[in-house]
Amino acid sequence: MATYANGRRVALVAGVRTPFAKAGTLLKSMSAIELGKIAVSELLQRTNLDGTEVQALTFGTVVPSVVAPNIAREVSLIPQLPKGVEAFTVGRACASANQAITDAADQIQLGHYDVVIAGGAESLSNVPILHSRGMSEVLVAASRAKSLAQRLGIFAKLRPKDFVPIAPAIAEPTTGETMGQSAEKMAKLNAIPREEQDQFALRSHRLAAAGLADGRLAAEIAPVYVPPKYQTTATTDNGVRTDSTYEALAGLKPVFDRQYGSVTAGNASPLTDGAAAMLLMSEERATALGYEPIGYIRSYAYAALDPGEQLLQAPVLAAPVALKRAGLTLKDMDLVEMHEAFAAQVLSNLKGFESKTWAERAGFSRPVGEVDRAKLNVMGGSISIGHPFGATGARITTTLCNELRRRGGQFGLMTVCAAGGMGFAMVVERR
Amino acid sequence: MTTTAAAKPTTPYALTTEVHDGIAVVTFDLPNESVNKLDATVAREFGEMLDQLERDESIRGAVLISGKADTFIAGADINEFLKFTSPTVAERMSREGQLMFDRLETLRVPVVAAIHGACLGGGLEIALACRYRIVTDHPKTVLALPEVQLGVIPGFGGTQRLPRLVGLRNALDMILTGKNTRAKKAWQMGLADELVHPAILRDVAVRRARELADGTRKRASRKSGGAAGALLEDNPAGRAIVFSQARKETLKKTKGHYPAPLAALRAVEYGYRFDRDRGLEEEARLFGEMAVTDVSKQLVFLFFATTSLKKDPGVDAPAPEPAPIDKIGILGAGFMGAGIASVAVQQGTVVRLKDAQHERVGKGLAAVREVVKERLTRKQITRQQFDDMLTLVGGTIDYSGFGNADLVIEAVFEDLAVKHAVLREVEQVVPDRTIFASNTSTIPITRIAQASARPENVIGMHFFSPVHKMPLLEVIVTPATSKETTVTTIAYGRKLGKTVIVVNDGPGFYANRILSPYINEAGKLLDQGAPIESIDRALANFGFPVGPITLVDEVGIDVAGKAGAIMAEAFGERMAPSASLQKVVEAGRTGRKGKKGFYQYDEKGKKGKVDESIYDLLPTGRQRSPMDDEEIVRRTVLAMVNEAARTLEDGIIRTPRDGDIGAVFGIGFPPFRGGPFRYMDSRGIESIVRDLEELNDRFPPRFQPAQILLDMARKKERFYPEGRIV
Repeated sequence: MATYANGRRVALVAGVRTPFAKAGTLLKSMSAIELGKIAVSELLQRTNLDGTEVQALTFGTVVPSVVAPNIAREVSLIPQLPKGVEAFTVGRACASANQAITDAADQIQLGHYDVVIAGGAESLSNVPILHSRGMSEVLVAASRAKSLAQRLGIFAKLRPKDFVPIAPAIAEPTTGETMGQSAEKMAKLNAIPREEQDQFALRSHRLAAAGLADGRLAAEIAPVYVPPKYQTTATTDNGVRTDSTYEALAGLKPVFDRQYGSVTAGNASPLTDGAAAMLLMSEERATALGYEPIGYIRSYAYAALDPGEQLLQAPVLAAPVALKRAGLTLKDMDLVEMHEAFAAQVLSNLKGFESKTWAERAGFSRPVGEVDRAKLNVMGGSISIGHPFGATGARITTTLCNELRRRGGQFGLMTVCAAGGMGFAMVVERR
Repeated sequence: MTTTAAAKPTTPYALTTEVHDGIAVVTFDLPNESVNKLDATVAREFGEMLDQLERDESIRGAVLISGKADTFIAGADINEFLKFTSPTVAERMSREGQLMFDRLETLRVPVVAAIHGACLGGGLEIALACRYRIVTDHPKTVLALPEVQLGVIPGFGGTQRLPRLVGLRNALDMILTGKNTRAKKAWQMGLADELVHPAILRDVAVRRARELADGTRKRASRKSGGAAGALLEDNPAGRAIVFSQARKETLKKTKGHYPAPLAALRAVEYGYRFDRDRGLEEEARLFGEMAVTDVSKQLVFLFFATTSLKKDPGVDAPAPEPAPIDKIGILGAGFMGAGIASVAVQQGTVVRLKDAQHERVGKGLAAVREVVKERLTRKQITRQQFDDMLTLVGGTIDYSGFGNADLVIEAVFEDLAVKHAVLREVEQVVPDRTIFASNTSTIPITRIAQASARPENVIGMHFFSPVHKMPLLEVIVTPATSKETTVTTIAYGRKLGKTVIVVNDGPGFYANRILSPYINEAGKLLDQGAPIESIDRALANFGFPVGPITLVDEVGIDVAGKAGAIMAEAFGERMAPSASLQKVVEAGRTGRKGKKGFYQYDEKGKKGKVDESIYDLLPTGRQRSPMDDEEIVRRTVLAMVNEAARTLEDGIIRTPRDGDIGAVFGIGFPPFRGGPFRYMDSRGIESIVRDLEELNDRFPPRFQPAQILLDMARKKERFYPEGRIV
């Protein structure tokens, strides 16, 4: 039986997100801050909440703007919210929005707050491009120069190679390994065949397409009227392929290991722009304001392992802890949402759930168990829907709760893998 | 710093003087008023204050500062205008003021004007007579000489001091238009010597007063305009060019209806041709002349009428408190819906903008952005405010977000069934308290309210197009509309910056009802063979911003046709539309929006000449016979004012004041004529009735005089009895 810290249960009142658009497409002209503002404004609009009720806002982002690194504060400064709403930005790679949600939940459980907005945003169309180290040194030195001559002298030190800009790579700072290389390694270590990966990707597209078509997924999406002309309206996730076939996926070339590899652009999540936000309240306040929350947080856990080992396998360590804290087992779960960074990672995580070795590493004698595929990612996942790093956690939480309600289920488990060898798991309950 | 004993305030009224270390700080704080104004009492006290500064040897310098939050001095108390019974009285007042300001200028001790907030009219003229001016870098700090807007000219030396301080062209720009100059601009043009943060205004002013007294600081001449400006303005020939251009420009704008800007120009010119003293004499003389013109009287009336409207609760006592409006829902993202959104977000209201398709919502959002962007471009708002305003409006194609709307305004298609449908739908999702306002321009609110489960919450909010520019809002109440709904709607309309008149329900309400016979009559003139340009020219000369035919092209021929049909249905033969308009409607011309109307339009919608081909549609074809202006004006204007009298008789409007304001601010009735009722008063009701009867003999029955006019003519009454202001 789970106990709620401080006797305060945290309600997930509602969640809204922008459409997730492949980087460089529909939302490319908008910054993560602008996307975040839209998600939060729309959350307030759709929940009919008076902004003065909100006490704090926390947001996750993975590639922050160099000029406005505290995205949460920028977003919280929308005119609908009082300027006294304090705000902080969190970073836990692909689980950043989850971090925002659990931080908000912690603050509520502590009794510090009753109403908090949590979410995340990412614009991978607008990543900061950095100057080279040589250029940076020169620019900083020049800004300190006292005379024009001195300044010119400093600039004279610049060499052609200093002019080459640096774009951020999705690579581990410690190992230098890119995310894709890690997934490739995991496919090999866990013996995940290419065919299974492609079948999983196909399933992701089909389920997401169905969810968009019948309105279940679409209901979570707020349209974005793209300024300044507002001639285009982004209403839906543009990475979801309704016409995807196994043959097409199977025909793609591996990206990270051309000879023996199995990870392709088709069975990995794409670079994506988007934002998502959730409204969290103490159960008491939610009831007082007359809300019917989409769910409640029962428990959560974070875990980590050596990033040089299996970078995206830590959900396997987090899940049993979250279940234990919930006082539940996998069998109690009516739905399971697993973040799809790569099909190879999902399938590795699922194998890990069934493995006694991984169970022991997590400190348990028995494995989590086998996930019933009929309950897994029932409306697709990040491979099809897209993956704006900072926002994904809020998307998954919202979808899990909404779908749990629709199915009349009670418990749901979600997991998210994150760079740095980290993992997250959370159990939500409907009533 | 040593501090000598503070001198006692001289008089306990509006001015208090404190002296520290030889510097007197004079604080102007008019009791029981939100702003500082100049009147006879203040003038007397001001004189005493100058006496004290002159006499008291311990005082070496002075600072003039305001005790009000957002006003330095708003100008002369407009009640003073009512004392101007003859040119001589007004001229004398002007001379007295001039002499006092001359004293201020040449006072033994230097006086520094510390300006925060509005510095207008006589307030700016005081500042101009000070030795040094400091303005705060704050949006509320604006400087202007708005006298011409009341039909007079600056009368306390403004026409002489300002051009000598900031250059001729800068000064004429302010004096001839009355427009506001923001603090930064004032500083750039040399009107202010310094621009400082409000928190240090007083300290800097005191320091400067001391430095000026010590002779350690001289005013630097900062006249702007550069070398080219100096070449033009610093010699008689160059100035002659400037004056001639200004005169041309002014005539173009005023069409000869407003004498004050030309008088102001003359006063400025006179001072350059002779000298400042003779310029001042001429200024006073012209001030006296202008103060008693009919134009000034009408403009002053409009000022009083607007002021009294702002205080009018709009319902019978006791009036309930208006409820706050923090969020509104707008149904229909078309031109009107988006226009309303664009003014709402500027007041910080959260807006939910709904239409049937995303494409239409997107167009609405683009229209909102365009309005707000213009304010950014004009530097009236900051980038942050611009972003905030756009963030406040959220588009939707469903009713999400309406659940906490305090007010819903519908601006959907003008069709009763459509209005009923959206009213029923939205009542399902909004709280019981939510007000439902219709922006219809023709459909009676009572009929719209028939679909409502809460008719007490249903009201009309008739905005005029374009919403962000047109100052009038007609609030239409039905017998079922609650007082709470009415006062809340009025309060919100005022928050949006609109001048609000409350009218009772009826076809066309007020503005469109009086417009209808006017447009019809213009059409009937066309039926008779009058040329299009003659009609438009005659009424533009009368003082309307555009003539009636151009107006129909602007609002849309289809829209005018539809409205005309509704009015004809409601009022019968009196409002029967002209054959000409009907033919043009049938031909499918829509006016400017369709780039095909009575006039020609280019690709960008810019108006050209009359489209001669339209005559082929009209009863007398291309055969046009000249018609004199007087006949045109008489028929169209009398049709309008007669109908205005009927609306008063029918209880559509509550007072002639509301009718005058509604016509001037809603449909561009010439302000210098004060409005339909003021116009009838100044022509004499008997004369109006005589003309109407004569016309009615020729064109029965549409010129049948309103009963109220017949009664008033018999009793020799006026709409505004002598001695009553509004």
